[in-house]
Amino acid sequence: MSLEYIYPEFEVIRNPERCIACRACERQCANEVHSYHEEKGVMLADESKCVNCHRCVTLCPTRALKIVKTDHTFRPNANWTWDVIRQVYRQADTGGVLLSSMGNPNNYPVYWDKMLINASQVTNPPIDPLREPMETKTFLGKKVHRVERGKDGRLINNLEPGIELTTPIMFSAMSYGSISYNAHASLARAARELGICYNTGEGGLHEDFYEYGPNTIVQVASGRFGVHKDYLNTGAAIEIKMGQGAKPGIGGHLPGAKIVADVSKTRMIPQGSDAISPAPHHDIYSIEDLRQLIFSLKEATNYQKPVIVKIAAVHNVAAIASGIARSGADIIAIDGYRGGTGAAPTMIRDNIGIPIELALASVDQRLREEGIRGEVSIVVGGSIRSSADVVKALALGADAVYIGTAALLALGCHLCRSCQSGKCNWGIATQRPDLVKRLNPEVGTERLVNLVRAWTHEIKEIMGSMGINSIEALKGNRLMLRGIGLNEKELSILGISHAGE
Amino acid sequence: MLKEGQVRIPSGCAISGVFSKDGTPVRGDRMIESIAVMHDRSNGLGGGFAGYGIYPEYANNYAFHVFYDNLEAKQQCEKFLELHFDVINLSKIPTRKIESITDEPMMWRYFVMPLSHKLADSQLDEKEFVARCVIRVNTNIDGAYIFSSGKNMGVFKAVGFPEDVGRFYRLEEYEGYCWTAHGRYPTNTPGWWGGAHPFSLLDYSIVHNGEISSYDANRRYIEMFGYRCNLLTDTEVITYIFDYLLRRQRLTLEEAAHVIAAPFWSTIEKMPEKERETLTYLRNLFAGFLITGPFSILLGFEGGMMALNDRLKLRSMVVAEKGNLFYAASEEAAIRVIEPELDRIWAPKGGEPVIVRLNQKCQEGQGCR
Amino acid sequence: MKRVYVNEEWCLGCHLCEYYCAFANSGKESMIDALKGETIHPRIQVEDGGEIHFAVSCRHCTEPLCVKGCISGALTIEDGVIRLKEEKCVGCYTCVLSCPYGAIMPGEGKAVQKCELCLNNTHGTPLCVQGCPNRAIVFEER
Repeated sequence: MSLEYIYPEFEVIRNPERCIACRACERQCANEVHSYHEEKGVMLADESKCVNCHRCVTLCPTRALKIVKTDHTFRPNANWTWDVIRQVYRQADTGGVLLSSMGNPNNYPVYWDKMLINASQVTNPPIDPLREPMETKTFLGKKVHRVERGKDGRLINNLEPGIELTTPIMFSAMSYGSISYNAHASLARAARELGICYNTGEGGLHEDFYEYGPNTIVQVASGRFGVHKDYLNTGAAIEIKMGQGAKPGIGGHLPGAKIVADVSKTRMIPQGSDAISPAPHHDIYSIEDLRQLIFSLKEATNYQKPVIVKIAAVHNVAAIASGIARSGADIIAIDGYRGGTGAAPTMIRDNIGIPIELALASVDQRLREEGIRGEVSIVVGGSIRSSADVVKALALGADAVYIGTAALLALGCHLCRSCQSGKCNWGIATQRPDLVKRLNPEVGTERLVNLVRAWTHEIKEIMGSMGINSIEALKGNRLMLRGIGLNEKELSILGISHAGE
Repeated sequence: MLKEGQVRIPSGCAISGVFSKDGTPVRGDRMIESIAVMHDRSNGLGGGFAGYGIYPEYANNYAFHVFYDNLEAKQQCEKFLELHFDVINLSKIPTRKIESITDEPMMWRYFVMPLSHKLADSQLDEKEFVARCVIRVNTNIDGAYIFSSGKNMGVFKAVGFPEDVGRFYRLEEYEGYCWTAHGRYPTNTPGWWGGAHPFSLLDYSIVHNGEISSYDANRRYIEMFGYRCNLLTDTEVITYIFDYLLRRQRLTLEEAAHVIAAPFWSTIEKMPEKERETLTYLRNLFAGFLITGPFSILLGFEGGMMALNDRLKLRSMVVAEKGNLFYAASEEAAIRVIEPELDRIWAPKGGEPVIVRLNQKCQEGQGCR
Repeated sequence: MKRVYVNEEWCLGCHLCEYYCAFANSGKESMIDALKGETIHPRIQVEDGGEIHFAVSCRHCTEPLCVKGCISGALTIEDGVIRLKEEKCVGCYTCVLSCPYGAIMPGEGKAVQKCELCLNNTHGTPLCVQGCPNRAIVFEER
């Protein structure tokens, strides 16, 4: 047996005074950490298999379990940290590319936390959302340049098709395949109940979910999985995925093991074959090609569906967005470097892209300077963690936000960041039937609805405190933000003043 | 300390207006009397008036009222004006010395018409050409500020209590079919003459009481259409929005009011289908122009006036009628002081515009006055 | 009337309901105190068969064979709930034999035991329902 260089990261702490040996932990751990010693009548644990997903901790009826980070240590080193050393060992063991899941966990600045929101005092009144109407209805899409009137003098509705949302929050693209049938069912049902949209991701749309079409954004990605005419015409909007915040510039790879019967049918690829999305769309090598795809999709849907172009926030994002705005897209979705993923090379996830706050601020400003902000709506994601983040994003200039990780957390995800293993104990990022069934969509839907309703309540409270009673008056209202602990350059990119100014 | 344009300054205020529907001239000092009653709603840091129909002899020319901080600015501005306009008449704006009004800038008045070849070269319509010239002077020439630019109308404003400002400008020497007045209560400013109200572009003038919470959303949206909000005041942005909606998009006053003080979705949902469609369209298309937070405004324009409150009516405003005269003011007292016996007085609902216009024959220029 | 129903689709076979049931009927304040080192005899029991799991407890049948067959009058129907009067039970097990679901079983003493929807303890909503992690066991009107 070769030497195991890597010491387990977590320790399973079981309080023997509390453990009643019900074995729920053993039954529920897909990683097979827990076992029962029949003779001694005690539970055992193999912590080397533990991913710290908290399934056992959450289900333990006597709260006998906790998972802690091991205090086993290397000689402390601020440069060669535990994570870095482990990565080297893993690669020396396997010779492979390191894979990770969910968003970039590294200690980069979170600009949301460096912005503070204004409130009304004396000179104008705050508004109480419990007593006065407080509006969050949001329209996404192109705004025309000029009003037109019919012969009778009435205004003609010359707006192109858009999306109407009850609140400026949507569920981000997560494909069927990367997440489970029940996770999709939960998202679809919640979107319908909330009057918002969820997004199919690049895995096509399961036939059971066509009924949620008016609340579905159907994605067209570089692999074109599951794309056909009915698919395009079923959704409320079509999203062309050019990039993803967690892995800008690279494609996707869903291992054959996850291409089970239903996933294979939905994606329109053979069962068990790896689903590989190329890094580029091979019909889009430049902006003019994008324009052609946008109009191909519009043709295919008889100009009845708005087209979203989703890009990762990269260095030149403002110029790219400007190009997209001029290429016929109705909505631009920008995904920040903290955006989640079912699997991405660790080095890419952790080192490529820029923060969504800065990307949003520069895109919004650039489009305004060019006078084309009305050509497109802006949706941002990666990562929006709370209603306060939503308010800050809107004040910076977003029309709506995408939430992915927050939605998964609502469904039970504990951010163990092991999606790539396919053994999600919470029934989310897995296709194993015994695990998938752990996510009862009735529960999932309820939790998602609760989350978005709670955020919407909070958004209303915050708006009210600012004396704003409709969401459009918040959009791009950067005077409502102040920076804290930011330098001049950061403030100028965000287009805000410092607190106290 | 920073002044308007360098920092955004919230302010409370008093407004008053009178409109003569049959065009019977009203003398400017009548408005002074009205606004003076609301002395406590101002703090001496700004007052002003707008009069319509006051320049009948130059009715077809644009009347530019300009503040200059120094001679150099004047020279620069006049050079610009000569390059773009035929200047029909120019003079100092007549004033009288008032103890409480000090530090006045130079104040000049020009009656101008765009040079025809310049206008043709610009490929703009006449009003757009004039508007762009005004914005250019105000943005680019340091120390020059065109604060009034309409035809047959004029704005008079200064740092001081409005009643003093009115006497300073000798308003008793002007008469017109419409007057609006403003007393300002800024919370944080040394006071700058350009920052006083009314704010005006072309024949649109606004007096406004309130502090809008949507300011930066509105500012950043309207600036996409060539406007530059140099003062960072609510009134400036509201004026530009009206100019854009009324002049450039040719919305009706009612439609513009429904953009700015849009009915709530819950109200729109209960409306008959066609109205619902129209209002949904307006709210969607012009979402960036919805104004939230408290305001009461009087919009003056050629041949008419509109009074409008914010959608929640967070600022007081009453309107009244007596014969052919229409009144609007922050307080009833400001109306009663100049017209004790009224035919009708009421408080319009939030978001519900009250619009008055010159009678038909007046508008056609027959038998008016 | 509200009954406990089990939705097989969502039953994970974690067997937690059994422990919650045993605790609910232990009369103890804490689950640790009640169940530590004990072999449990729950009134609800999960049947496992490969990937299929199903928790079984008394259905509170409208025409219950157990009540019909009870020789001592220990089993009665009260407001639709089949209740057991332990002091009357003589331990003949006729009911255990006649229940088609196997939902009545010998108890720890002489008397049999069965699910009484937690009406015989202080937990309110049946504790198996409260403790089910996937809402596979529900307490509802159908």
